[in-house]
Amino acid sequence: MPDLLSGLLVTIQATGIGYALALTLGLVIAMVRRVPLFGSIVHFFMEFIRTTPLVIQLVFVFALAPANVSAFTIGVVVLGIHYAAYTAEVYRSGIEGVAKGQWEAARALSLPGTRTWGAIVLPQAIRKVIPALGNYLIAMFKDTPLLFAIGVVELLAVAQQVGSRDFRYVETFTIVGLLFLVVSVPSAILIRRLEKRYVAV
Amino acid sequence: MEFLLEQWPRFVDGAWLTIQLTLGGIVLAFVLAMFFGILGTVQHWLARAVATVYVEVFRGIAALVVMYWFIYALPVATGFQLDDMFAAILALGLNLGAYGAEVVRSSINAVPKAQIEATVSLNMSWPQRMRLVVLPQAWAQMLPTFGNLVVELMKATAVVYLVGLHDLSWVADDLRRLSGETIPVFIVAFALYYLIAQVLIFCVRLLERRANQKLGRTPPSGGGIMGLLRPPAVGTKVGVAK
Repeated sequence: MPDLLSGLLVTIQATGIGYALALTLGLVIAMVRRVPLFGSIVHFFMEFIRTTPLVIQLVFVFALAPANVSAFTIGVVVLGIHYAAYTAEVYRSGIEGVAKGQWEAARALSLPGTRTWGAIVLPQAIRKVIPALGNYLIAMFKDTPLLFAIGVVELLAVAQQVGSRDFRYVETFTIVGLLFLVVSVPSAILIRRLEKRYVAV
Repeated sequence: MEFLLEQWPRFVDGAWLTIQLTLGGIVLAFVLAMFFGILGTVQHWLARAVATVYVEVFRGIAALVVMYWFIYALPVATGFQLDDMFAAILALGLNLGAYGAEVVRSSINAVPKAQIEATVSLNMSWPQRMRLVVLPQAWAQMLPTFGNLVVELMKATAVVYLVGLHDLSWVADDLRRLSGETIPVFIVAFALYYLIAQVLIFCVRLLERRANQKLGRTPPSGGGIMGLLRPPAVGTKVGVAK
């Protein structure tokens, strides 16, 4: 059980760092996509990342990365980039949801780009998409076992070790399942609350 | 390059396994989604509770963990050994079925109340109401989201790599190890995944178009490969009331 908890900690760490990366990178991508030609190239890459499986992306980057980079780092970065492709779409829908008049007003006041984005567009855009972003947090948490593929010792890997050592697969894998529920069900409830608060305005 | 040409059949085998897993998963997920989705809209509290438990449990646990449970824990617990392939399809189907059930439930709930009242006033039975009025409308609504889930499922099949099934990801990694030519091998693998995803999206688009035509609506247009499917001409109405 203590072993499993330390595995859970790795899982949570990977999710946390990866999510922070996905949130910031996704926002950058969503903004860059509004640039004409460059935007379409980025869009194609995002589309590609979104239609190919995370496992194979992990294995691919792991095979190419220099040996001195840890599997954990690679895992977190790939996880972050993969989910950035999703969060970028979420941000985009939020940004497109901002009324045109708001942009025009910003221009009429001749606000600089940074103020337009920072003070007018993003606060309105992000508010609406908080629940959708939250859903990706849970999705990401559920995808961290895939880091197992490149040798990160997270929850599932620990369970596998414990299971084969003591031959207690039933208990260990059942506990792992329950641990997942313990984290994701409360998060789901929290997100539903957020949804009531922000979306149904 | 020669290496890739030589090893082509292995890619095909891997892709074929991926396709089989995807199709198996889609069928199972669809059945589960429909069953639990409809169950979630039934009046009785117990029916809704069962649906909620299913959805929350399988949305909350990673498909891979479920798969491991079926492959490693189930034989120990019950002495009954599932075929790996079957266990994989079961885990994937259960997982995506939970997401699908939510989609089905919300699409059914989105059918306008007046429609339900109309069926009541026409004295329709529950199966009649579902079959003739509610589901055709909910169906058109749920298809676009189903499209995303289908692609998600296809991508999720790659986790079978970890339980040693020789799918596309496994083949790619194996060829990488044999040849050391990482980039070309993975480009082929990524391209195959991309291709499979596009075919799946295309199929869902066809279904969407048909469902909308039946309801006399114009489907939302899509870019890319989907742009090939032109929306039906304005004013074509087939059957069912709006």
